[in-house]
This record gives sequence, structure tokens and C-alpha cells, in this order.
Amino acid sequence: MSTQVIAIETAQQNVGKPWTETVHEWVTTVDHKRLGVLYIVYALFYLVVAGIEALIIRIQLMHAHNNFVSPEVFNRMFTMHGSTMIFFVGIPVLFGFANYLIPLMIGARDMAFPRLNAFSFWLTALGGFLLYFSFLGGNGLYGAGNAPDVSWWAYAPLTAKAFSPGHSSDYWTIAILVAGFGTIGASINIIATVLSMRCPGMRLGRMPLLVWLNVVMSGMVLIVVTPLSAAQLMLLVDRYLGGHFFDTQAGGSATLWMHFFWIFGHPEVYVLVLPAFAFISEIVPVFSRKPIFGYPVMVAATIFIAFVSMSVWAHHMFTIGMNSYANSFFTITSMCVGIPTGIKIFNWLGTMWGGRIQFKTPMLFCIGFLFQFLIAGLTGIMLASSPFDWQLSYSYFVVAHFHYVIVGGILFALFGAFYYWYPKITGRMLSESLGKLHFWLFFIGFHLTFDVMHIPGILGMPRRIYTYEPQRGWDTLNLIVTIGAFIQAIAILVFVWDLVVSYFKGAKAGNDPWDAWTLEWSVSSPPPAYNFASVPTVASRRPLWDLKHPEDPDSRYE
Amino acid sequence: MSALTIPIPEIAPPWTLPDRGKVAMACLIIAESAIFTIFVVAYLFYVGKSLTGPQPSDVLETPIFYTICLLSSSITIHLAGKFLERGKQTAFLGLWCLTFVLGAMFLFGTGQEWHRLIYEHGLTISTNLFGTAYYSLVGLHAFHVTVGLLMLAIVLIFGLAGRVGVEQAGRVGVLSMYWHFVDVVWVVVFSVVYILGR
Repeated sequence: MSTQVIAIETAQQNVGKPWTETVHEWVTTVDHKRLGVLYIVYALFYLVVAGIEALIIRIQLMHAHNNFVSPEVFNRMFTMHGSTMIFFVGIPVLFGFANYLIPLMIGARDMAFPRLNAFSFWLTALGGFLLYFSFLGGNGLYGAGNAPDVSWWAYAPLTAKAFSPGHSSDYWTIAILVAGFGTIGASINIIATVLSMRCPGMRLGRMPLLVWLNVVMSGMVLIVVTPLSAAQLMLLVDRYLGGHFFDTQAGGSATLWMHFFWIFGHPEVYVLVLPAFAFISEIVPVFSRKPIFGYPVMVAATIFIAFVSMSVWAHHMFTIGMNSYANSFFTITSMCVGIPTGIKIFNWLGTMWGGRIQFKTPMLFCIGFLFQFLIAGLTGIMLASSPFDWQLSYSYFVVAHFHYVIVGGILFALFGAFYYWYPKITGRMLSESLGKLHFWLFFIGFHLTFDVMHIPGILGMPRRIYTYEPQRGWDTLNLIVTIGAFIQAIAILVFVWDLVVSYFKGAKAGNDPWDAWTLEWSVSSPPPAYNFASVPTVASRRPLWDLKHPEDPDSRYE
Repeated sequence: MSALTIPIPEIAPPWTLPDRGKVAMACLIIAESAIFTIFVVAYLFYVGKSLTGPQPSDVLETPIFYTICLLSSSITIHLAGKFLERGKQTAFLGLWCLTFVLGAMFLFGTGQEWHRLIYEHGLTISTNLFGTAYYSLVGLHAFHVTVGLLMLAIVLIFGLAGRVGVEQAGRVGVLSMYWHFVDVVWVVVFSVVYILGR
């Protein structure tokens, strides 16, 4: 048995081709790498769009009695910001990386169902298009307003015909429904790929952790995104066929929508954070020059998270008045999530412990992730306690908490992933100096915004208000939060500039710029369409280590 | 290195992985089960909460005959698959055709029941909570039966053209997984709507 990996240089084939042909190739592609790039570029576009919406929200809240936007526009902005960031930034970008990396990491030539893969992407793309088309097409009735303004929870009865005339809520519903089907298709594809397409020797226990975490995430998607699809179908029945699912005047229940939404909504956070964990689990070992600490425990903790996260949803609903048994149950289960995530944080620290840490840009973002995710988890434990939650639910404390998870955790990990895999995807390195500038700007902006944002929450500032009275002690704090938001925006501009400039002028990356150990680094950058000239055979978790160190292969110890 | 060396096997150990079609269908079934679970929960949650009539106990009649039709189609599709694996195409086609007819009869039964409920009892999807939950849940199932029938018809057309042989047995097997799922869901829907819900 040999671990033979052949790298073949791709010829520059794009020279002299008409641009229409290039577009045609990208639109009709079924190649997992191109679809991965499409997902990522699509998500980056919406990241900028939803980021601008966030800035509009922040300008409006900069000081008391501000009139930058009307209350109606403010409602649309936070609805679109939330919906876009979750459904059209978070999910597509993570599926983009999964699509790109999983076949390369398990030694496969493509996903199990390439055409389903393309179909899933275009469904997701259509969803985003529908959501934003509502700005033009949502005006069903005179004065009904265009874009959806029911917030991303869309609690009943806000979505009832009486309170949401016109078509804005319909665009929201159908956009999320369609994108949900795309997500489910992509997840089915990932699971089938991982279970059925691994190269010889790639046993489940030898898969890179990124693959493990993504397959667990995909399994979660099957069970948690579908309840949202079902609830959206019910909402469509209510709005179009005169049904009464969430119509309280006919005996329907608004609470049922909350349950259905949060059965999706809370596990969704873990659907987003597991791929972020996956990036950390690949990047931290490489830049600590050590194999991952406690591989089996990491896998077990992931599965534990997936299980526990299914039974925590009602901690979003403590304030609606459940009985004490339900409150206790959801408090305990929510706190249990801290156990496997704590295991993971210790394992990443264990990986770094005693390693020769290289503070390259991807590693900086990972270290930022570790600290920020820990703090986000701690405020999470606070909010999981139902009496505490009664005080601070629906306040800016909650907003600060979940932005700490999503920005401080997931987005930092994602930036790390960009700096780490950009050389593989484009063949060029991102600038290390611009990367450091991006990191420090974003780090400062993030902490200025979201550390400070906890305080107005504790002082009683509710979320989703379009303005507030002066003399409550919120003014200065909100101004600082807004300044932080703009610093983050500048950091994103630096990042986008880096992405664009490095694509043309970055240093050549070569196959393996980080001296890494997983299979994607064995092929050229960017990889050829067929990935592997001959299907590799692996004998350990670090096939490239075995290849580089034949005198001391991992396979001897595993 | 110790003196004892373990000979490396020249022939690679067998490397078999599960069939991707079966894995994907299993995943789809898990996802669909979650959708049905939500609709079933909604149905059970709203039992007896309708503010106006008609109530389930007044208007529902247990569709025993059509249920037997649908459940027996699981047996016929299973046998059809077995015959296809053994290369007996005539027996396969006959049983496949029978499966399609049994499924179509079930769908006809659902249509008949809906016709009766709408025209005799005035129960529509917007009448009351029962109507909303009933038509949504049974309709979601009927939609899955319809999709299944379309796929059965495609296989039937290819089969009549002589294009379905032993080499397609795996794919036909994936389709029959779906059909079994549709039948199992009916057992749940039947128990919820016609037994528990009354």
C-alpha cells in the first residue's frame, strides 16, 4: 500500500475565450469546486448588502430621536439584515467551503450528486433573489410597504394578512422556503458524499475533522431546517388559502409558530457554528505544528452538541410563560451545551499547548475566535438561566450575545478559513500585512461594538426599537457601538480589497503553502477539474505527513 | 525497528462503501419525516380546538378499503423489486403495474373523501381549524403519493419499452424505499386522523 499523490499543473485555459463562454461555463457548471466558489462569492455579496443594512440600523440608533430613516424602513432593515445574514450569508458561505473542501479532503473527484449540487446552489440563489426582489415586487396594495418588516422570527400574528398586507411577507416566506430546500439538497449531497465517496483507506475515523463536523451539521440540517419549511408551508396555507394555523381568532395558536420557528432557530446556530468549529479544527493544528488533540473526543463532542441542541429551543421562549417544569428542562439542557463546547475549547488549547505556534493571519483569527467564543458561551449560560432571561430577554444584551457568537465566533473562524484556503482556491496568497490590518481593525471594531452593546441591554434598552428617549444613559453607549460598526466596515473593505488585489497580484501559492497535512494540499492550486489524477490511498489521519515523513508515518501509531 | 516485520499485504483490502442512492434516499426520508412530524404535531395540538363545526367525529369515515390498497402496494413493489433482481421482467412489470393501480386507487379514495367532505359537509381548508389541519396533513401525504405515482409511471413506461433490466434493480430499489416511506407515513396519518383525532 502506498500513499501516492500526483499533482498535475493545469494549463491556463482561460486565455482568449470570449467572456460569454466563461459565464456559460460558470452558470452550467456541476463541478463542486466551482459551485463552492459560487456559493462563497454569492454569500460575500450578501455579506456586504446585509452589512450596509446593519450600518443603516446603527446610524439610526447613533443618538436619541434620530431621523435618519423612518420607523417603517428601520423595521425592514433589521428584518432584511437578520434574514439575509442567516439564510443568504451564513448558510451559503459555509456550504460553499464544505462543497469545495469535502471531496478534496476525502480523496473524491466530485460530490456524490453533482447535478443535485448545482440545483441546490441555484435554489439558494433564487431564494436570495426573491427576498430582495420584494423591494420592487412587495407593493401588493397601495401603502402596504415593500420589503418584509416582520423580523426574521416573523412571529404570528404579524404575518397574518390583516397585519401584513401586500406581498412582502410572502416574498420572505417563499424565499426562506426555497433556500431551505436548497440547503436540504446540499446536506443530502454532503452526507452521501462522505458515506459513499471516500478514497480507499479513508475510514470514518481517519477523516479530517472538517469533514466530520460538516457531516454532523448536514445531519442536523435534515432534522432542523425541515420544521421551518413545514412552518412556512403552514404560513402559506394561512395567507393564501385562508387557513387558521396561526390565526388566534379562529382558535389557532401564535405560540405554535414560536415553537416551530425555534425548533429550527436554535439548532440553526449550531448548524452555523459546527462548520466554524471545523475551520478551527483544521487551522489550529497546522499553525501549532501538532496534530489535533483528542480527535475521537472532538467527534464525540460534536455529536453530543448535535443531540443536545435539538432539545433547547424553548429557551428563546422563557418570557411567553411556560410552566416551571418546561423552564427547568430547557434551562438544564441549554446549560448542557456548555459541556461539549467546553471540551472542544480545551482540545484546541491542548493542540496549541507546547506547539510551535506561527502567528499567521489565519491563526490570529482562530485565536480571536477562541476567546470571543468563550465569552459568547458565558453570556449564553447566563441567558440559559430562565430567571435571568426574564430580565434581559428582548433586550440589547441578547443582541450582543448572539452577535458575539455569530460575529466573534463564526465570522472570525470564517475569516481564518478565507486566509487559509484562499491560496488553494485561487493559487495566490492573500497579503499577510493587509490580513493583519484586517484582523486588528476588525478585532477593535468588534469589541467596541459588541462588548459595549451588552451595557444598554442591562440598562433596559429593548431590541428592535427605532429610536429612544434621551437621558436614559444609552446615548454615549450607542454612539460607541455605531463607531465600532464603522470600524468593522472599514476592516471588511480592507478584506475585500485584499481578496480582489491578491487574485491578480498575490504571491504564487504553490501546492502546499502552509506545510499542511490534509489531502487538498496534495493537488495543485487551484486544483484540476478532476481533483486527483489517480485516486489516493490513505493510511492515517494526516496523509501528507506520511508522504513527507516516510521514516515516521502517523499510520504507525494510529 | 524490531526484527519482527509484518508483511504488507500486496492486494489492497476490499474497500466497499454504501450505495450513494440509498444513502441519499435515507437522508431524504429523514428530512421528510421531520416535515410530517411538524404537521402531525400541529394536527394533534389542534384536536378539539375548532371554534365552529364540523368536528372530526361528525364527518370522518375510516377509509379502510383504500388503506388496505395502499399498504398492500408496499408488498407488491417489494416483490416486483425481487423479481427484477432475478431478471424476471414480466413478473416485475405485472407487479409494478399492480402497485401503480393500488396507489392510484388510494389517491382516488382520498379525492372521493374530499369531495364528500366539501360538498356534503361544507368542510374546506378555511372552514375551521380542523379543516386547516386535516387538509394540510392529508394533502401533504396525498402530494407525496402523487409524486410517487409519477415516478412509478416513469419506471412503468421505461419498463414497457423494455429498458428496465437487472442493472436498474438498484435504482428501482431506491424508488421503492420512497414508496415504503409513503406507506409508513400513511399508517401514522391514519392513526392520528382517524383514531386519535376522533
